[in-house]
Amino acid sequence: MAWFRKEKKRLTKQKRELPPDVWAKCDSCGEIIYREKLADNFFTCPKCDHHFRIGPDDYAQLLLDDGLEEEFDADLRSVDPLNFVGPTRYADRYEKAIRKNGRKEAVVTGSGRIDDLNVKFGVMDFGFIGGSMGSVVGEKIARVAERALDEENPLIIVSASGGARMMEGVLSLMQMVKTSAALGRLHKSSVPYISLLTHPTTGGVTASFAMLGDVIIAEPGALIGFAGPRVIEQTIRQELPEGFQRSEFLLEHGMVDMVVPRPELKPTISKLLQHMVG
Amino acid sequence: MSQIGQLKKMASQRGLNVDNELKKLEARLDELRAETFKSLSPMERVQIARHAQRPHSLDMIERIFADWIEMHGDRSFRDDPAVICGWARLDGESVMVIAQQKGRNTKENLKRNFAMMHPEGYRKALRMMKMAEKYKRPIITIIDTPGAYPGIGAEERGQAEAIARNLLEMSLIEVPILAAVIGEGGSGGALGLSVADRIIMMEYAIYSVISPEGCASILWKENTEETRNQAAAALKLTAPDLYELGVIDQVVDEPEGGAHNDWDVAARVLRQALTENLKELTKRSASDLLDARYEKYRKMGAWNGD
Ligand SMILES: [Zn+2]
Repeated sequence: MAWFRKEKKRLTKQKRELPPDVWAKCDSCGEIIYREKLADNFFTCPKCDHHFRIGPDDYAQLLLDDGLEEEFDADLRSVDPLNFVGPTRYADRYEKAIRKNGRKEAVVTGSGRIDDLNVKFGVMDFGFIGGSMGSVVGEKIARVAERALDEENPLIIVSASGGARMMEGVLSLMQMVKTSAALGRLHKSSVPYISLLTHPTTGGVTASFAMLGDVIIAEPGALIGFAGPRVIEQTIRQELPEGFQRSEFLLEHGMVDMVVPRPELKPTISKLLQHMVG
Repeated sequence: MSQIGQLKKMASQRGLNVDNELKKLEARLDELRAETFKSLSPMERVQIARHAQRPHSLDMIERIFADWIEMHGDRSFRDDPAVICGWARLDGESVMVIAQQKGRNTKENLKRNFAMMHPEGYRKALRMMKMAEKYKRPIITIIDTPGAYPGIGAEERGQAEAIARNLLEMSLIEVPILAAVIGEGGSGGALGLSVADRIIMMEYAIYSVISPEGCASILWKENTEETRNQAAAALKLTAPDLYELGVIDQVVDEPEGGAHNDWDVAARVLRQALTENLKELTKRSASDLLDARYEKYRKMGAWNGD
């Protein structure tokens, strides 16, 4: 795994998704980890393998030879199409998310290479309004799928989302159709689409592009589902079984192809692509 | 109305001619009534869409189509009674009808699961759509659901995958698809049957990414009458709203006060709209249909920048 050693140094510089202290605490087992060591360990806990939440930059570094080499449509910005009147204004929440994240939306798309194979790449940012899909997310996903088809490059999308962006109303719902239709065209070609599901992937994103991969990979322990666990509990009025809607549960029920720990993601995707188009 | 009627009767009994005066009064009354219903709040419209006496899919099917014959099952797990599928005839032509079916009472609702489909329902619907494609018959979907069912079995069997698959496949089906929202268009659960060349909506039907109740509890942190009203207004979920947003193609008039007041009239107006739209769609070639369908959804949404 030559790429692993090569990436190490770069990863240590990429820590903006975690608080800027020297130490990090594992959410799962409470282990205190030296941050530098956490990055070397692919942002997974050395004691319990818990996968820390990471953002678009980290995924690009983890999965691509040289990170994102070109970013697409970085300037697309959401508007407030319904003039949504809620407890907080959508426009205010959106501006706040931009200030917090330094990006304009909940997905980053672009191109890069995986073991020298050109790919089109999309990665969602759960930190941006819960990774919700509004018009811009839908549009960027559709565009990157169209580029993948035009240039016959495999498409890799990393999902993390709470679902549709309520404040864009039914227009956010329509992005599910837009992205699925774009993938429909890809589906009819022989350009691969690999979908990687990370914690959490629920709602309208799961019920559209995230579940439409030729191959679907899930990170260990990720919550993946259509309805959120709370909604299900309220509906059926009973407690949910242990491990319900987690990656391993989906694997058992035939809904994902494999559960792959973070250090194995790139070699796994690379191997799949070599079989499909290599 | 009855008072005017009485007055008329009395006047004619006494040989008086008050027709002109009465006509003016009647016209004014109609105006007032129309205004009342036009000025319904979004949440009041939601309540009409969910009205206990609103005509459901089967009520419409029996009034609109001939030769209805239902088919069952997804050929994999079970038959989902929340959705009904079958051949039917509209103006003599065979069509595939796929409709979400609410129950009228507790027993029916237990069977129909309040029209909340499971994955096998979406898979049954897709099987029927492929059959329609095979025999080159258009597809009419009738939408009326609070949403896809959120339950353990639904998740185990891939609710998200089933809906996603329908979105993808429906964008590629090579026959016309016409969707009619007749009551509640509940989020992804409605969407999974309503990727269509044309979408028409009954006047008091709604279509929303989330219920006003759900939206109120998430954004307002509490579900009260006041927050529900605010959420219903903010979501822009009424038929006229959706027409304005460019998501639907036509608003179909309902009898005064809502379809529950006169099922026959409601069905007759809906039938007319279905017939007209289908006539238009069946003229087009498959490749024209698919291109237009793709472009339509491709343009949906609003953003800045290019
Ligand atoms: Zn740990």
